[in-house]
Amino acid sequence: MRGRGGRGRAAGRHLRAGPVTYAVLTLFTAGSVLPLLWTAVAASRDNTRLAHTPPPLWFGPHLGRNLGIAWGEARLGLAVLNTVLVAGSVALGTVLFCTVAGFAFAKLRFRFRNALLAAVVGTMMVPPQLSVVPLFLVVARLGWTDRLQTVVLPTLVSAFGVFFMRQYLAEALPLELIEAARVDGASSLRIVRHVVLPVARPAMAVLGMLSFVQAWNDFFWPVIALTQDNPTVQVALTGLGRGYVPDQAVVMAGALLGTLPLLLVLALFGRHIVGGIMRGAVKG
Amino acid sequence: MTAAPTTTACPPGAADPGRRERPGAEDRRAARRSRRYRWDVRYSPYAFVAPFFLFFAAFGIFPLLWTGWASLHRMELTEPGRERWTGLHNYVRLLDDAFFWNALGNTAVIGVLSTVPQLLTALGLAHLLHHRLRAAVFWRVALLAPYATSTAAATLVFVLLYGRDYGMVNWALGLAGLAPVDWQNGTWAARVAVSSIVVWRWTGYNALIYLAAMQAVPDELYESAALDGASRLRQFRHVTVPALRPTILFTVVVSTIGATQLFGEPLLFGGAGGQKGGASHQFQTLGLYLYEQGWYDFHLGRAAAVAWAMFLILLVVAGAGGLVARRLRGDG
Repeated sequence: MRGRGGRGRAAGRHLRAGPVTYAVLTLFTAGSVLPLLWTAVAASRDNTRLAHTPPPLWFGPHLGRNLGIAWGEARLGLAVLNTVLVAGSVALGTVLFCTVAGFAFAKLRFRFRNALLAAVVGTMMVPPQLSVVPLFLVVARLGWTDRLQTVVLPTLVSAFGVFFMRQYLAEALPLELIEAARVDGASSLRIVRHVVLPVARPAMAVLGMLSFVQAWNDFFWPVIALTQDNPTVQVALTGLGRGYVPDQAVVMAGALLGTLPLLLVLALFGRHIVGGIMRGAVKG
Repeated sequence: MTAAPTTTACPPGAADPGRRERPGAEDRRAARRSRRYRWDVRYSPYAFVAPFFLFFAAFGIFPLLWTGWASLHRMELTEPGRERWTGLHNYVRLLDDAFFWNALGNTAVIGVLSTVPQLLTALGLAHLLHHRLRAAVFWRVALLAPYATSTAAATLVFVLLYGRDYGMVNWALGLAGLAPVDWQNGTWAARVAVSSIVVWRWTGYNALIYLAAMQAVPDELYESAALDGASRLRQFRHVTVPALRPTILFTVVVSTIGATQLFGEPLLFGGAGGQKGGASHQFQTLGLYLYEQGWYDFHLGRAAAVAWAMFLILLVVAGAGGLVARRLRGDG
């Protein structure tokens, strides 16, 4: 924090974890993971079994059937496809715009730089509730109801992302590299492409994943803007939760389908996502 | 994007070497090049930050002002284009509406119920994760699984777990010899249940943030505390917690902002009539109240007034947080 450089883990204060530490951690990890596992258990049963005590504690035979119904009838298939498109575009746009802005704030000199950076941070204070009424009216007037761009465009930049990239590039990008490129006559755009982007790549990947997760789980505006005719995952799950399909096992199958892609991302890139959250914390 | 820089790449060495130029043309070209260079250095930073601000203007500032304008009008979802100026009527009506105060109270109560246990647990977990652990990455990733689970999916699962008749929670209470709880219709039970979903989703995330801050505490502080004979518990209280103060404040602010906007969890916890926030509105938050006003009762003007009220409340809370932060920093 605050300029004290983080130290390595050499010193003796890092106590080796004892059995109690492991036990407590196991307890909390179980608390984190078991509800998800139980979702799969419930999704593998049928509705009548879920209306019995005790609740099922192990898998039943109906997982495939329930997933199929959720995929088709409950439109989770369409929803997953839509959400991949939405979250992918948002992640791409966020990474691109935030990287160039972060680069400018980290390494370039221009008037009002500090004021503009403060403005970026200030924008985090504006809650999404303040934009839904006008956005809804605009969408209706443009005839964009149920078009995916209505949920992509408002989330295409993020103040956190600008700040995140700025902090990373401030440290990772040596000023000499930029100056050397300038001496060679490279334009700013060329410098971004050939100097900044290669250096920024690890942070861009982390920001991309964080934005993807966030966009995948975006709730408030999509629920208002989209209908069940062309839903994202969150909109489709809201339809399920509000009685669109009365079969609880199918509802659980839907929740599972809507979550699995992100759990897959977490399983594959968990180390980097953890690193990104922790880096954003110390420097943000 | 229209804001992309327009300068084209043209390094000096790239001119065709085979062509002979007259000296005058060469000079003019050099002058043009250096002018272009100066323009590039001076203006491209603005082009780089422009997309952020353009998007924020279009989807942040402009709607914010329009919402303010809408809040001063009678504007019905069912009568587009026929709004009428009413001055502060929407706000006056808001202050007269018992459901607004109910929603404000619920938002505060659920905010406290979800934020306090979440951050305390996260602090404890971070302390455990700070040990030298086997499979350190595994624990961190596993604790992050709820963060990757969406509000909607998590709430749907918890609705089943909290079911009155066949839910896992009441079954476990029964095993322990306790009476079942009506988690959905009870007043405090429902608030606790909704809060628990928030706690479940965000505790691991906050633990990682605290862990990052703990790793940045200089070792010397611990060494000198140990030399003074401080126990590990005392070290935690007198070295770790003070060093984490800015981070704790940061998480409190972020969680508070999240709590004032709470929407998805109560909406889906309420089932089919979720916008009411329970049979007796016992867990209707401000976000739900806004949604109900605008999209179930079709009063967009009133919904806009709720949105601005929420913004003002947030500013007040942020101001209070800033004062507390200054006080803390003054002490430290």
